[in-house]
Amino acid sequence: MPARPAGSEAGSEVAPGVAWPASERRRDLSGWFYVGPSLLINCLFLLFPVFATLWMSLTSWNGLESPQWVGAANFLELFASQPFWGAAVNNAKWTVIFLTVPIALALLVAAALLRVRRLGFLQTLFLVPYILPTVVQARVWQGMILNPETGLFGWLGKHGINIPDPLISTTFSLYGIAIVNLWAWWGFLTVIFFAAFRQIDRSLLEAAQVEGAGFWQQLIHIQIPLIKPTVLFMLIMTFVWSFLVFDYVYVLTDGGPAGSSEVLSTLAFRYGFERFEFGKAAAISACAGLLGMFAISFYLWLQKKGFER
Amino acid sequence: MQTRKLETTALAGLLLLMALVTLFPIALMLLNSVKSDVAVQTNPLALPNPLALDNFSKAWDQAHLGSSIFLSVRIVLLTVLFTCTTTCLAAYALARRKVRHWPLVSGYFLAATTVPITLLIFPLYSLVVRMGLLGNEIVLALIYTAIYTPFSIFLLRSYFLAVPLELEEAAQLDGAAGFQIFLQVVLPLVSPGILTVALIVALFTWNEFLLSLTFFQSEDVKTAIVEFYSFQGRFGTQWSLMMASSVILAGPIIVIFLVLQRFFVEGLVAGSVKG
Repeated sequence: MPARPAGSEAGSEVAPGVAWPASERRRDLSGWFYVGPSLLINCLFLLFPVFATLWMSLTSWNGLESPQWVGAANFLELFASQPFWGAAVNNAKWTVIFLTVPIALALLVAAALLRVRRLGFLQTLFLVPYILPTVVQARVWQGMILNPETGLFGWLGKHGINIPDPLISTTFSLYGIAIVNLWAWWGFLTVIFFAAFRQIDRSLLEAAQVEGAGFWQQLIHIQIPLIKPTVLFMLIMTFVWSFLVFDYVYVLTDGGPAGSSEVLSTLAFRYGFERFEFGKAAAISACAGLLGMFAISFYLWLQKKGFER
Repeated sequence: MQTRKLETTALAGLLLLMALVTLFPIALMLLNSVKSDVAVQTNPLALPNPLALDNFSKAWDQAHLGSSIFLSVRIVLLTVLFTCTTTCLAAYALARRKVRHWPLVSGYFLAATTVPITLLIFPLYSLVVRMGLLGNEIVLALIYTAIYTPFSIFLLRSYFLAVPLELEEAAQLDGAAGFQIFLQVVLPLVSPGILTVALIVALFTWNEFLLSLTFFQSEDVKTAIVEFYSFQGRFGTQWSLMMASSVILAGPIIVIFLVLQRFFVEGLVAGSVKG
């Protein structure tokens, strides 16, 4: 990454359409004046820490003494440990849930918004949960819905319908957290898909309708295939984010009870800030982060192969 | 035609059902923020009687929300200021290909969009602690700026691309210099884009949890979100005060969102809809 103009030779080609009378060299220099601040801040607070994390993952470090180089020992130890795989499996479950439920629901609701034009304004309402702070979402669900004493579940319990609080169950804790996240997430996807659907030529749908295609047929055979690039992009991003989920788990259960809802990022946080094993914490982060980058590379490769067209 | 009408009715029903699902928890938050704790425990669905409006002042005082909110507002303003100034410059330069290596720079920022916070947090934490800057709002604002830079650049770039090049050439013929053209001719034309970026960045900064937890958890004055998070211990099961504080933290966001929804939707959708 060149942080400075790397010897801008004279006579290099000028980008098409922007041939300015000023000399190429001076233009390039002034260009770096424009890009410089962003690049500097980004390299300092983003690029450098990423490489530091990767390096840290190969060391043993308690945060105080100087780090000891241990090679791949952190990774080998993690790959042989139960909590790591427990967390990874929870991330995988999370991925499966979020690749299916909210995407399907959002596609359906976005198509419904397109069809029932009078209710189109509801897209703004559907986006409201997404803009609320995660901690607020979490506390509202915890206290007002799931809580067996103060919440809706408690009220139902008094009326003979007993639903146990999923957040304190070792079997259901992860799904309890997922419900809160889904509530905030599906509306965002709906707005994205609605925007994509609106770019489809209306005459296509009208023609299909004349041919006798119903709502489902239009959705599955015309609308979804036409916004395939957007759906694919959201699937990839969902996959990436699923391995990074932190806030909801940390606030709602902190990985409990008994580690039943632990995910990779909360495990990394625990290794780092509770046990001061920064090498292992960095190794877990690297696993989750690199998996995401791998997924995005795969997506770019797909794009290059022309899968989208 | 009969089936089409039936379909539309069913779909309208689905939309209204989802509106109900969306609103229900928010309604419970509002409802129970003005009830006493006993009333919340007896029936969370009942209407408040009498109105316990002093919940808000109680929550505000007991949790020192005032100083926390002031700190968060300062961090938000700093982040918005840093992000908007630096990314306007960068996005303009990339839109106009002002640097020869613009594909490389664009590629770098594209890659940077994929970097998660968990991949930054441990080295940043140890560095900040070592420099004695834990709880420093400028450092946190700079980290946020780095994280929101790629998104802001790509959003602003599309606005700069929409500014006709002829305008700049005309200004140049009138004798205006490069930076002057940027400041006086181009920047005013992309102000809706700047507002969009500012709103989204402000929203994400206000709501951000992991970094502000890491850098402000042990401070006397925490960010509003971290302060709210620590209520669980302090308020115990005082859900009415918890909901009152929720309304204090979320209410202004909801109002601003509803007033300026066009910009929010545009900013949030940007980059996700692949044509």
